[in-house]
Amino acid sequence: MEVSAEDSPVAVAGLEHWFGQGEARKQALFDVNLRLVRGTLTVLVGPSGSGKTTVLTLIGALRAIQKGSVHLLGRELARAHADELVRRRREIGFIFQAHNLHDSLTAEQNVRLGIEVHGAAATARGREAARHLLDHLGLATRVDYLPANLSGGQKQRVAVARALVGNPPVVLADEPTAALDREAGLHVVQLLKRLGTERGTTTLMVTHDPRILDLADRIVRMEDGRIVAEGSIQ
Amino acid sequence: MTALLERLLGRLPLGWLQLIHRPPRFAAALAGVAFANILVFMQLGFLGALIESIALPYRAMEADIVIAASDTNTLADSSPLPRQRMYEALAVPGVASATPLYYAKLDWKQPDGTIRTLDVFGVDPERPSLSPLRGNAALDTLKRADHALIDNRTRNAPPGLFAAIDAGQPYTFEAKNRTINIAGTIAIGGGFAADGYLVVSDQTFLRLFQQRAAGAPNYILVRTEAGVPPQRVVAALESVLPADDAAPRTLADTIARDQRFQTTQRPVGMVFGFGIVIGALVGGIIVYQVLSSDVADHIREYATLKAVGYDDSYFLGIIVEEAAILAAFGFVPGLLVALGLYTFVSAQTALPLTMTFARALALCTGTMAMCVLSGFVATRRLARADPAELF
Repeated sequence: MEVSAEDSPVAVAGLEHWFGQGEARKQALFDVNLRLVRGTLTVLVGPSGSGKTTVLTLIGALRAIQKGSVHLLGRELARAHADELVRRRREIGFIFQAHNLHDSLTAEQNVRLGIEVHGAAATARGREAARHLLDHLGLATRVDYLPANLSGGQKQRVAVARALVGNPPVVLADEPTAALDREAGLHVVQLLKRLGTERGTTTLMVTHDPRILDLADRIVRMEDGRIVAEGSIQ
Repeated sequence: MTALLERLLGRLPLGWLQLIHRPPRFAAALAGVAFANILVFMQLGFLGALIESIALPYRAMEADIVIAASDTNTLADSSPLPRQRMYEALAVPGVASATPLYYAKLDWKQPDGTIRTLDVFGVDPERPSLSPLRGNAALDTLKRADHALIDNRTRNAPPGLFAAIDAGQPYTFEAKNRTINIAGTIAIGGGFAADGYLVVSDQTFLRLFQQRAAGAPNYILVRTEAGVPPQRVVAALESVLPADDAAPRTLADTIARDQRFQTTQRPVGMVFGFGIVIGALVGGIIVYQVLSSDVADHIREYATLKAVGYDDSYFLGIIVEEAAILAAFGFVPGLLVALGLYTFVSAQTALPLTMTFARALALCTGTMAMCVLSGFVATRRLARADPAELF
């Protein structure tokens, strides 16, 4: 399959996946095909157990691909060595439902972890970049706070900043607004949208939040491990 | 400290920040490492004191070569050997002089009824073959019957006794049904087998130990001619002396052989060796517990970092950073406490417990290695940090 990373940073074709072994082996994904357009926000919806998270982990190079193909930024993840998968993950911004911040690090230090992975040059500008992004997310006065002294929403915004500080071309988000109030949630999604417009950041988001669906460029619905519907808001 | 580590490591000092985030746990970990260091330092100190105290009497011998009975393992268990070996040795090319040295143990009863054990050397006062006797003002008094010089480093002697003796005050004690007159002091130093030393003339020695014979000394101390290597003379002596009753060795070999025997064959040496191993194990287990608890407590955060793209070498670096900090910060208080304990124990026991730079450096290196090894083991728990489980 010819895949242009410029147009389609994520291209999934014929993706199938199983969990368990022997008689307990169960198929979780069936012939999933998905192409994300550069600079767009795609929302993945569907009931629990429909395979949304499995798709996210496979695109995110967090699991080995068993069958099918995933091209991330023009490179095939199937049959990639474990070290290669680790390198690919550096091109992705992950936003998890739980913030998973280090309790011993300040907000700024937690965010810097998202940029130091890119090496010494990135590390040198880490402090400035972290403060800038935290400021942008309304946390300018909280940069030196430990997570214990931040609210749930503030922690989640720090986690969002950690995912975005390295300017990843692709963002994978799992219920990123679950812990945020309406205003903060919209602010985060609008930030992702703006990154798409300004930098071409491509976002794939799993969410049950109906507020976000209106902002999505495209909605993909999954059921029982299959994509059953997709379309754009327009 | 954080800024310094950040500069050194070129990244956030995550290990350091995690350690200091929980001060009680950090303090407990440091106390554990310090305790292990103290334990090992004390065992090394005792082992070093044993080794040093073994060498002390030999170093007092003015000899290049020591001829002892062939079954001799230590200074104290030497069987007498025929005095004739001395004359045979004198005929060997390269031998400048040979003198007999008699050895036995004597109980020195204290006024309170307790006993001090003295190692007694019997020497020819005309040819004193012990260095502490050279220039000693009281040397001539050894020629008089039942006169002796006592080691002024003898353990648990009556306070002020040696100063009084040196000031000319007479002191006598009863032993072997004879009255020993202490005419002066020498300095050698007690060890694990005896509290101190007593030097008498060979004639007084034979009066004190009547089962002993003049023709059977314990040692023959040999001086080689100037410029002749002792090892070569030893080889010549071995070819002359019967191997079944006399064993010539250089003084250095004699000391090393005694030290080796007592540290590897005698319980006391092995106990200290085990103590060192136990101390290292205690330290290793403490550090492992601290580091593995840290990994377990932060497993989701580590999984997040894996998802972000950090590789195994980064996590290993964090754990090694924590291990090195525990080693360094635990070593310093351990060293300081050990120095204090060395001074205290040395004063109480008169054992030569001294902290050497080499020992401190070796233990510092060993602590670092132990902590890092524990860190390596603790990183195995990181395998449980699966970033795919975060979604």
